[in-house]
Amino acid sequence: MADITPPVGTGPLAKREARLAWGLLFPTITAVALVVVLPLLAIFWISFKPVELGDLRAPEVVLREDLRGGPEVAGDEATIRYRLRNSSQEQQITGVTFNDVIPEGLQVVELDPRCTLDDRALSCDLGDWEPGLRDTLTIPVIVGQAYFDNDLRPQDSAAITTGASSNILTNSTFTLDNFKRIFNSDEFFEVLWVTLFYTVFGTIGALLVGLFAALLLNKSFKGQGILRGLYLFPYVAPIIAVAFAWLILFDPFSGSANALLIQMGVTDEAINFFGERPLALIMVTVFEIWRYFPLSFLFILARMQSIDTDMYEAADMDGASPFQQFWYLSMPQLLGILSVLFLLRFIWTFNKFDDIFLLTGGNAGTRTLTVNVYEQAFAVSNIGAGAAVAVVIFGCLLTFSLFFLKYISREEGL
Amino acid sequence: MRRGFITGPVIGALWMVILSITVAVAMSFATGQAFRPSILLSLLWGAAAGAGVVALGRSRMVQLGLLAAVTVLVMLGIGPMLTGTETSLFARIFGAALLGLSFAASITPILDEIEPGELTRHEFEGSVIRFLTGFGYIFFTAIVLIPFYVMVMTSLKNQSELIQNPLDFSIDFSKGAELFRSYDELFNQFNFGTYLFNSFFISVLTVFITLAFAIPGAYAVARLRFSGQAAFSRSILLIYMVPMIVLALPIYIAFSMTGLRNSFWGIVMIYPVTTIPVALYMLQGYFRGLPAEVEEAGLMDGLSRLAVIWKITLPLSLPALASVSLYVFMIAWNEFLLAFMLLDDPSKFTLTRGIASLNSSEIPRQHLMAGSVVATVPIMALFLGLERFMTKGLTAGSVKG
Repeated sequence: MADITPPVGTGPLAKREARLAWGLLFPTITAVALVVVLPLLAIFWISFKPVELGDLRAPEVVLREDLRGGPEVAGDEATIRYRLRNSSQEQQITGVTFNDVIPEGLQVVELDPRCTLDDRALSCDLGDWEPGLRDTLTIPVIVGQAYFDNDLRPQDSAAITTGASSNILTNSTFTLDNFKRIFNSDEFFEVLWVTLFYTVFGTIGALLVGLFAALLLNKSFKGQGILRGLYLFPYVAPIIAVAFAWLILFDPFSGSANALLIQMGVTDEAINFFGERPLALIMVTVFEIWRYFPLSFLFILARMQSIDTDMYEAADMDGASPFQQFWYLSMPQLLGILSVLFLLRFIWTFNKFDDIFLLTGGNAGTRTLTVNVYEQAFAVSNIGAGAAVAVVIFGCLLTFSLFFLKYISREEGL
Repeated sequence: MRRGFITGPVIGALWMVILSITVAVAMSFATGQAFRPSILLSLLWGAAAGAGVVALGRSRMVQLGLLAAVTVLVMLGIGPMLTGTETSLFARIFGAALLGLSFAASITPILDEIEPGELTRHEFEGSVIRFLTGFGYIFFTAIVLIPFYVMVMTSLKNQSELIQNPLDFSIDFSKGAELFRSYDELFNQFNFGTYLFNSFFISVLTVFITLAFAIPGAYAVARLRFSGQAAFSRSILLIYMVPMIVLALPIYIAFSMTGLRNSFWGIVMIYPVTTIPVALYMLQGYFRGLPAEVEEAGLMDGLSRLAVIWKITLPLSLPALASVSLYVFMIAWNEFLLAFMLLDDPSKFTLTRGIASLNSSEIPRQHLMAGSVVATVPIMALFLGLERFMTKGLTAGSVKG
């Protein structure tokens, strides 16, 4: 009898299944690699480069062409003038050439030594250009009758220019200045502290308010569905709409909130909610809580509704009061989802950009790390420094994520 | 604390404070006239009313007495809510009656079971919970509705009305179609029709592209065995922990250099990639929950894997597809950061980018709010109509915030 052994290694069926799986995943992997992984690598690269916003436009040869001398009849003399310049004030362009077609009927009298003419095709080699260089090339011509007949002007044929310039993004200049710059500024620790305050209080606040809302709606009554939908409004509405609604509501000059507070005698003069130092940070945190409590509310409610009611009946029989039931029965059951929500919300609040950007633009002591990326890259026009802040954010996030993966069990369904 | 004559007045006083603030704010917003709660008087009268309810019981007569007492006190100007001198008589009567009615109707159920003398834990905590519940409903409804109310009402006013009395949100119906003037101007002068179309078009396209990528991916992760499956399903979560602003910077640079900035297709290329991980995550959770036996039966009958997905899995997961589509649509519709950074050409704006362009000192703010309403209403309508799918979908897989 031949030995019967279990199959070793992966059989052809398993291989085919794995091949199909990778085939199905391939489009997603490619897309994610292109838009997530590649930009992340780019961020690391850029953070070591002295890049300014202006450097993104590569230096190029700017060329203007016109015919001077105003010829009126055949036989008049005129000049074709090319005005050229280097668009960059900082970088040189090497090997500048340009090609153009001279319209029919223009007889070239004299040619610039840098140019050659083949039939009507003009090509010039202008060599290397220093930053900001301007040059003018004139070609005297005699105008023939064909020029007037054809109605073709020198400007009509676009001149083709070529030239190579070293791109700051791809050359081999590296620098640590970006990191030095952001770590050395006094601002950095304030930014860090603001981020921490916003993240911690925003997360905990949204969680507690969400818990409260879930407790309210954890019973069936008429209109529960409508209220549940209503309470999700802040989360579903476009961020830009609700942020501006808040700005208008709390406007120091014509905001209703201020008018209300003055009328109620709480304050004598209008409060600049989003413009004063400690208050603005508190307001953006309150906004964060307001906008994201629906999310915690939804998850906590879903968990609550899956708790068995028998337990509460038993507790009732044993004489446990409502508060005791909540604390000793509901809370332990909710602890899992609460901790998952805390970690997820913590990371997402840390990542949040739009809210603060729209409410205060990072002014009045509300600049978080993410707003700082934008501030450095676009307001100060220093892309490199912005990328360096982004790298710092990414570092923090990596730490959070490792923590997250280590402590969160997959049974929580997340 | 757990004695009827302490619990009753304390809860009564606090409840009166909450109601007088609520009614004063509501009346101010509704009429634009001066109403203001007096915390001290509220505490005083509320405590008296609480003690009265505990002592006299919760009969209809007591309720009517409370209603009359509160109304008269407010009218006399020494009640829990004060009115200004120029407040009209009608508004004053209405406000007073509203406060009296809401207080009388709600305080007796809250203080149900509260008797003079020692209370049991159940009786005491029951009334505290009813008090907190009442407070919770008022609080949440107020914080959710006020910003939206302000948004809608501001869009219907004009600049001078807004500055004259910021509290007045009453609508002057006599203006007729004039009311919607800012909407008219938005659509006729500011091209909001185009933006609306752009947003809609981009969002729908994003939904389809996302599904085309996410369905096969989710199926592979959920059903097929391959090495690296576990690692892959975990790393999906990690991907949506990467902040958009970090990605937006290189995307901006790449788009600037390749000329994709300011183009429709650039946006349509980027949006789905931000939503694919979420969609994939939500769908794979759902696919896992489907019975594998049905699919195996299909395989036995000679269908290929792809045919199984098309003919068995997808029809079974229509509810999940609906919620994922809705959610992806919402993300794409609300997306602001990428649209703001990548679009400069007004003819290609999405709604959110269009609203951002209205935020300047030269454009009156009712236009800004009208734009916000235009962006909010479709997504809200869609959402409320399909709320059941939405809540299920949101909790089925976790969600990016």
